[in-house]
Amino acid sequence: MLSISALNFALAQEHAADHDHHATHEHHDDDHHGCACHDHHEETFEPAATAFHHIGDANAFHVFGNIYIPLPCILYAPEQGLSFFMSSKFGKMDAHGTAKKAVNRYVMVDGSVMRVANIKFPADEVTIECVNHKTVQVKGKEVDKYEVVYSGECYPLDKPSTLDGGVLGGGITSFYDFSVTKNVFTMLLTFLLLFLLFRAAVKGYETRRGQAPKGIQSFLEPIFVFIRDEVAVPFLGHKYEKYLPFLMSIFFFILGLNLVGQIPFFPGSGNVTGNLAVTMALALFTFFVTNLSGNRHYWEHTLWMPGVPALLKVLILTPVEIMGLFIKPLTLMLRLFANITGGHIVMVIFVGLIFIFGQSGANLGGGIVGTLMAVPLTMFMMALELLVALVQAFVFCILTASYIGAAIEEPHHH
Amino acid sequence: MTGTLAALGAGLAVIGAGIGIGNIGAKAMEAIARQPEAVGDIRSNMILMAALIEGAALIAILLSILLA
Repeated sequence: MLSISALNFALAQEHAADHDHHATHEHHDDDHHGCACHDHHEETFEPAATAFHHIGDANAFHVFGNIYIPLPCILYAPEQGLSFFMSSKFGKMDAHGTAKKAVNRYVMVDGSVMRVANIKFPADEVTIECVNHKTVQVKGKEVDKYEVVYSGECYPLDKPSTLDGGVLGGGITSFYDFSVTKNVFTMLLTFLLLFLLFRAAVKGYETRRGQAPKGIQSFLEPIFVFIRDEVAVPFLGHKYEKYLPFLMSIFFFILGLNLVGQIPFFPGSGNVTGNLAVTMALALFTFFVTNLSGNRHYWEHTLWMPGVPALLKVLILTPVEIMGLFIKPLTLMLRLFANITGGHIVMVIFVGLIFIFGQSGANLGGGIVGTLMAVPLTMFMMALELLVALVQAFVFCILTASYIGAAIEEPHHH
Repeated sequence: MTGTLAALGAGLAVIGAGIGIGNIGAKAMEAIARQPEAVGDIRSNMILMAALIEGAALIAILLSILLA
């Protein structure tokens, strides 16, 4: 749990745009004189951008309109050390999640914290004029650039550092975000919820030893027994008890996060299992548990399988098997991420039909038609997502069990 | 242009996965019709196989997103 949170801190904002000092500085020099707030270009509804904004992580919990629940910001920049404050210190945030104040060179833009790397920017609480957003072409890719306007000067903004090494458009920037974000909050909430549920069930077994289950016990016991009898025992054989706690934790944690993420309002709505960093942490657990419990038989069949010509082993089979070791957790990570993200995007876009048909409020008749279409479609999608939530938790669990089962399998002597 | 090609690649990957998972589903239905008492085993194996096929499709989609 803690390691998942830690990894999430480190890898938060996976979709951060490319950080390119060069391009930003060039632009900064171009309009150095008379830097002003861009007029807000016509408010058109962009379904894809809206969807990604809604499923992304954030440093404040959006309830509705411009009502936000503040979350703790824990930020570290090598130049100015650790900053710790509540996100309410940024002042009032608008409906898009951009705040009017800068704190210690940090600015709240679209719900996430960004930083001004320029040391000429005042390092205390100041009111900013606005934040400009533009899309620039860097090496043939469209990259989002943000800059804050303060007393007639433009200062480029840095996104938080990510550990993806630029593969997903992130990289190490001027600061690190270890905040309790929306996703971390949802994980802690789910953790607490599961703890209380299972604590109650355990209490039932202690007080009513040998009797029929009652209350929450009778809800959890069939699920628990199903995972034990359909997943753990068939794949792990007589050694299943050793791995049962791990499989159960994985299953109930993913299921809990998926279901809490389905709740469309405040305590829910955090898209945690649709965050690549979280699913990567979960897949890494499977990777380490599988490979650390692998026996001699498993490694022999992975690295130097018997009964195959040596040339074939060196050229094809061993490299493929070694790739397979990493592809297994990679697909676990991607499967959960893609399924949950896909479902959430489709739901946001269905709700967005109201704004597409209504032309963002300009066309009332269209808005009504859009609503009539959006409500049943969204309800259908949410029903489908309940099924997906269960199936994906089950799939993650059964695949983990099959990987561990392959690693601990005893050799058959003929 | 590369974005369009990536979208085409993702679409092709999904066609492949669709054929594969469709076959699994069809055969599992046949198997359940033939032996209704084995429905539990067939269902979990069906989900497992579908998940493995999905893995290949997801890698193709990821590559097409990264190379876009």
